[in-house]
Amino acid sequence: MALLELRNVSKIYHLGGEEIRALDDVTLDIGIGEFCSIIGPSGSGKSTLMHILGCLDSPSKGTIKLDGTEIQKASTRELAGIRNRKIGFVFQFFNLLPKLNVVQNVELPMIYSGIGGRERRVRALKALEQVELSNRLKNRPSQLSGGQQQRVAIARALVNDPKIIFADEPTGNLDTHTGEIILALFRRLSQEGRTVILVTHNPEIAAVTPRRIEIRNGKIADKVDAKLAGLDRLPKAAGSAEPVTAPVVPSA
Amino acid sequence: MNLLNTIIIGLKEIWTHKFRSLLTMLGIILGVASLVGMAAIIKGMENGMKETMVAMGGVDKVLLRIQDVPDWQDHLADQAPGRTMLDVEALRRSAPLIRLVSPAMEIEDATATRGEKRTRPAVLMGAWPAVLDMNLHTLAHGRFFNAIDEEEARSVCVIGTGIRDELFGKPEEVGHEIIPIGEEILINGQPFTIIGMFMQYMSEAEIKEKARIAKEGNKQKSGPKRQTGWGRKGGWAFWSKNNTIYIPLNTAWVKFRAVGDLNGVPDPRLTDIDIKVASLDMLEPAIQQARNVLLITHRGIEDFTFQTQENQLENINKQIQNARLSGGIIAAISLLVGGIGIMNIMLASINERIREIGTCKAIGATGFDIFTQILVESVVVSLVGAVLGVGASYGFVQVLQALTPSANTPIITPAAMLVGVAFSAFVGILAGLIPAFKAASLDPIQALRYE
Repeated sequence: MALLELRNVSKIYHLGGEEIRALDDVTLDIGIGEFCSIIGPSGSGKSTLMHILGCLDSPSKGTIKLDGTEIQKASTRELAGIRNRKIGFVFQFFNLLPKLNVVQNVELPMIYSGIGGRERRVRALKALEQVELSNRLKNRPSQLSGGQQQRVAIARALVNDPKIIFADEPTGNLDTHTGEIILALFRRLSQEGRTVILVTHNPEIAAVTPRRIEIRNGKIADKVDAKLAGLDRLPKAAGSAEPVTAPVVPSA
Repeated sequence: MNLLNTIIIGLKEIWTHKFRSLLTMLGIILGVASLVGMAAIIKGMENGMKETMVAMGGVDKVLLRIQDVPDWQDHLADQAPGRTMLDVEALRRSAPLIRLVSPAMEIEDATATRGEKRTRPAVLMGAWPAVLDMNLHTLAHGRFFNAIDEEEARSVCVIGTGIRDELFGKPEEVGHEIIPIGEEILINGQPFTIIGMFMQYMSEAEIKEKARIAKEGNKQKSGPKRQTGWGRKGGWAFWSKNNTIYIPLNTAWVKFRAVGDLNGVPDPRLTDIDIKVASLDMLEPAIQQARNVLLITHRGIEDFTFQTQENQLENINKQIQNARLSGGIIAAISLLVGGIGIMNIMLASINERIREIGTCKAIGATGFDIFTQILVESVVVSLVGAVLGVGASYGFVQVLQALTPSANTPIITPAAMLVGVAFSAFVGILAGLIPAFKAASLDPIQALRYE
């Protein structure tokens, strides 16, 4: 059983009487521990897909199973709980709360899940250790570099031990070197058994992930555009890149 | 989401925008300060009024007043007897619900002289010893007149300290207290011997002031000594109580009334009959009893009425209530204005933090979490403002006390503080509702995209 199962999912907006299909009959499975990227030009519907996958939005049609539970009919309150416990978000602009220090930022999701103060502290410290930031606990986000801020954000995403981590352009605001460090961090997380989904339009980043899902006009493209996926940049000798995967056909 | 965390985050929010928060809180600060200050002033007024009332004889004192006869007795007006000793005797014998009857014959426009010094007493009257109990006088030196003084109409008098101050000198100026027992003074030219002197009556504020002077020493003023005003420090009631001369009733009659006025007609009428009832619970029946007795001695002519201090107490309470109401309304309005200020700033603040709110929602905050967060912030702002306001009211009252040292000292009451703080919390909740609802209903996707 896949971790995420989308069946005939559509998202339809009505703009001035005109019907816009941001997602059109998408069927998709993502398994446990997968490291994949969602690519596509702007306006293709990839943000919509991420919002629906990330339980920030509900589909207009179709069903979604996350970790065995159907979520297309969940209330906003239930969705908040699912986001809190099963999903970690990493954003392009880090989205740390400026008034809280590093530890408090990492503790925030646990506050919403009602975990006691002592355990919060222990778990926040552990998550910060994973991203190698144990030495900046009392700093404000504004006192950190971009890469450090993104690592705090990753620690925040990790702290509730979620099954899936979504990263929306996680390196979009970082220089190449720092970006690589962050990507290495994501790869390590996926090797530890977490599902990591990167949303990007940057081919270099897509090239890092074993699986690439391309969205074109609200549908999943049959064949991934090699240029968009950064396949043309891969050194042939590296061999780390797996063969281009076709969209996964729902399996039993 | 536990409350303590929310409160801490709220306090942080205030601390990051110190100046803005202070301006926001100013409405609440001023509102609470004016509420508590107003209540303190009113409390001071109330205390002053009640003190004055006690100085004038206490609650159980009833004054028998002369009034014009009613219309239907108009033709009997010239037969109205007024208050006489007959009434006093009748009340003493036939009205058991009345504990004390004190007749008084006041001599108006009297002058007391001793050598070069002269003074006009506030009260000069012939009285019975009952007057001590009636007007709550305390004899500090000498004795009061007795039945023999009364019977023989002796020329003796008992004075208040105000008279002593004028005729013999104030202790503050002379350096020691003069006790003029046995000295002779002239009242309207007739010699009287002082046989007793009352204690000095002072309001609470005066007692405090005196204690302060005793502790710190009176500051020497430079320049010539000046008489300021009428020297009625501490209010009229205390001043007149201190400037009193009592002589035996018979003496007043014999020396000042029996000869009569310019026309040579003796005037046996009393100027006052004061009554004290046996118990306050029986005030109404006692007055009815006295009325029945007096209607007989006055042959049915209703030329008298009763004025109770209870009426006066009622008046005081009504005045206080009115003052409280108007003060309270003004303070409530300024608190509401403060609340609008808070709402305004909370709306601006959530607009600034839309992305933060979106982030919080993305990582699992429910609408309710956000709602309580904003609401608590609003309440924290108003409560901090309320606490500062209580502090400000303390300063305000100190300033008032410095400006008006002796008159009704404002007193800060805990009840007023509590009402002020509770009302600001209420205003804080009210002001936070709309912004909190707005923040809670934000769509996380829109909020995350917000630039």
